[in-house]
Amino acid sequence: MSETQSLRAWLLTDTPTSRRHAKFAAAYQGWLSFRSNTMAMIGLWILIFLVFVAIAAPILAPHDPFEQTLANRLQGLNADGHILGTDSLGRDILSRLIYGSRITLFIVGLVALIAPITGLLVGTVAGYVGGWVDTILMRITDIFLAFPRLVLALAFVAALGAGIENAVLAISLTAWPPYARMARAETLTIRSSDYISAIQLQGAGPLRIITKHIWPLCISSLIVRVTLDMAGIILAAAGLGFLGLGAQPPSPEWGAMISEGRRFILDSWWVATVPGLAIFTVSLAFNLLGDGLRDVLDPKDAET
Amino acid sequence: MTLLDVENLWVKFPSRHGVFVAVRGVSFTLGKERLGIVGESGSGKSLTGRSILRLIRPPGIMTADHILLEGDDLMTKTERDMRAVRGQRISMVMQDPKFSLNPVMTIGAQIMEAYMLHNAVNKKAAYAKAIEMLEAVSIRAPERVMRSYPHEMSGGMGQRIMIAMMLIPNPQILIADEPTSALDVSVQRQVLDIMDTLVKDRGMGLIFISHDLNLVADFCDRVLIMYAGRIVEVCDADKLREAKHPYTRGLLNSLPRLDEPRARLEVLQRDPAWSEAPSVSGRI
Amino acid sequence: MSMLSVENLNVWFGHGRDRVDAVKDATFAVARGESFGLVGESGSGKSTILRAITGLAPDWSGNITVDGKEIGKRREKAFFKTVQMVFQDPYASLHPRHSVDQVLGETLYLHGFTDIDTRVVNLLDDVGLGAKFRFRYPHQLSGGQRQRVAIARALAPAPEILLLDEPTSALDVSVQAEILNLLADLRTEHGLTYVMVSHDLSVVGHMCDRLAVMKDGEIVEIMDVATLRNMQATHPYSQHLLQASL
Repeated sequence: MSETQSLRAWLLTDTPTSRRHAKFAAAYQGWLSFRSNTMAMIGLWILIFLVFVAIAAPILAPHDPFEQTLANRLQGLNADGHILGTDSLGRDILSRLIYGSRITLFIVGLVALIAPITGLLVGTVAGYVGGWVDTILMRITDIFLAFPRLVLALAFVAALGAGIENAVLAISLTAWPPYARMARAETLTIRSSDYISAIQLQGAGPLRIITKHIWPLCISSLIVRVTLDMAGIILAAAGLGFLGLGAQPPSPEWGAMISEGRRFILDSWWVATVPGLAIFTVSLAFNLLGDGLRDVLDPKDAET
Repeated sequence: MTLLDVENLWVKFPSRHGVFVAVRGVSFTLGKERLGIVGESGSGKSLTGRSILRLIRPPGIMTADHILLEGDDLMTKTERDMRAVRGQRISMVMQDPKFSLNPVMTIGAQIMEAYMLHNAVNKKAAYAKAIEMLEAVSIRAPERVMRSYPHEMSGGMGQRIMIAMMLIPNPQILIADEPTSALDVSVQRQVLDIMDTLVKDRGMGLIFISHDLNLVADFCDRVLIMYAGRIVEVCDADKLREAKHPYTRGLLNSLPRLDEPRARLEVLQRDPAWSEAPSVSGRI
Repeated sequence: MSMLSVENLNVWFGHGRDRVDAVKDATFAVARGESFGLVGESGSGKSTILRAITGLAPDWSGNITVDGKEIGKRREKAFFKTVQMVFQDPYASLHPRHSVDQVLGETLYLHGFTDIDTRVVNLLDDVGLGAKFRFRYPHQLSGGQRQRVAIARALAPAPEILLLDEPTSALDVSVQAEILNLLADLRTEHGLTYVMVSHDLSVVGHMCDRLAVMKDGEIVEIMDVATLRNMQATHPYSQHLLQASL
């Protein structure tokens, strides 16, 4: 007890004694303010559960997600050991859902890496350097922004070929422009601030200023934006899957599952509804998490 | 005659690290006078001003035994009734006029809107009244100012316009929170003079909140000195330079002065006892 | 020979029709070890002169000489080892995500020092903060403490000229006294030359040996502090300013 108390005091100190101590203390205080946001914690728990499910899929899944038993097709809920029923080819929906979480995480993870990093690079360079660099980069961004996201993704997939990797690539390519715009707008305000002037007066070059002074301030709002956009990304991936351009059968991608279930929606509603609910829950979780992260990370609020 | 009577005012802000008490048991009265509240940042002077209008936002909590406006207790009023008090009977002028004026409306439209909100008159009468108001705050060419937008105004102009707007409903009390801090010294005087004349002519009470001891000493009748949420000293403004409390003395001595050059400025030594002593009453 | 001299300095913003001339034909010289004040109301161009000297205002013409060397359009690293600046608002001049240690450490690293750890502690001692402030973040510091960190940052490369842009106008008077005392001490200890911008005549009167009064981008009068104290300013605008600040 006393040990945890002293650890708490060590983490909550106003006078850190080393670099590491200061970092831990700042992180712990951020965590405390995040923890006090109940909705965000719910979001976080749902996502932790999703990760757990994805990792433990082979143990959790009661059946083989690809095993077809045509005699057993379109079984209702809780029928014959299939808790969530079976689909049109007699595959266990729960098992497919569990394995599908891996695909969802794969999509989310890759898009979350590619899109914001591209956007951050383009936006901060454009904003800080200015002039013709800014003009060229931002006009390219505008071109991407001018297309409806799903239509552009469809065009990319059509060009690259259907498949989950290409779907991810297509979504990422259509997702980065808003991040670039946002990073540029932030860079413009940061660029004219006194602390950037101050580091310029120490002879720091543009590379150092962008990476060490501007990025840390842009990243927090970017993370928030990414988590809020995650829902949209999952939906876009599901949409591509639904249109048959994302994950290919027999892959248990959630969007593709809905697409398959669509044909039986009137007599066997669960086949399409269950993966739909999964998409809904995960999207909601990301939204809640993003809202909470905004409260913790947004430097404008952290100031006061 | 007492316009305002504040008794035992507290403002608290609960946070994860415990409750932060910003104003601690402040009591004072205001007659038809210019009452100055001075203190450093964090002394609770602005919060005291805002509390009178019950403008403390949650999670902040304010309590008071009473806040009597001509015998009418503001603490028992509903939020709806308070809206009739704010602006109508007590007006407030903030530090930076840029944040108080709507940037996409002309000055004239804003003044007229404010006037028509409080008086049932047509546009023509409101226009005439607005011109009159602008003239009252020594604005030359009021017709031109009426047509312009807030960003076209200098700081001093903007503040004069704010004062004009605040005085339209003929309030009994004007609360001015650092109204001249954002202005250049030469403009400061003009704005203060205008405020002074208007307040005197209308027999209003003025609460003047400022960090500037010299300004308050020159401009006000009576001064409350606040430190750490408490009133530590009350004195007549013209006797401020002979103030007794070590905090007030320390503040006065830490100012550089042109007429008394010194090699080093005196540094205020803060005594924890100051913030623990009970608040001095500012009643007459 | 003067430490810093500015001749016929013109600074402008924007081009063509939008061009605003912020400083017009400013000329003054500051001797080694002297403290020189620039006084004026907002918009008089006093801060712009400092920004032109440091290169933060890119559009200027005229001659700026530091320690006998004329300054070109591009500032070299050696320039920033000689000239440093303290900004007006300590709430805006420190990176909100960098600890005091990062701020000072990076500055020292950029100037090529290797014994960063000892120097950071020494700098904090110099500005009266001490090592316990080393790993704090700006939001954990008061305004006065932040300004001390900003002063420590400016002192890091051991400069000879310190440009002070209203260093106390955002602070309470009691904190102002502490910072002004600190600046006076540092000047004697390190033999610094100060150029201080302020709208407050009494602060400049306290800190400076000589001062220039500016109005609408022009220097209207240069006088020493004794003249100021004796109310012997000759230009009507300086007299007006003096009257208003008494």
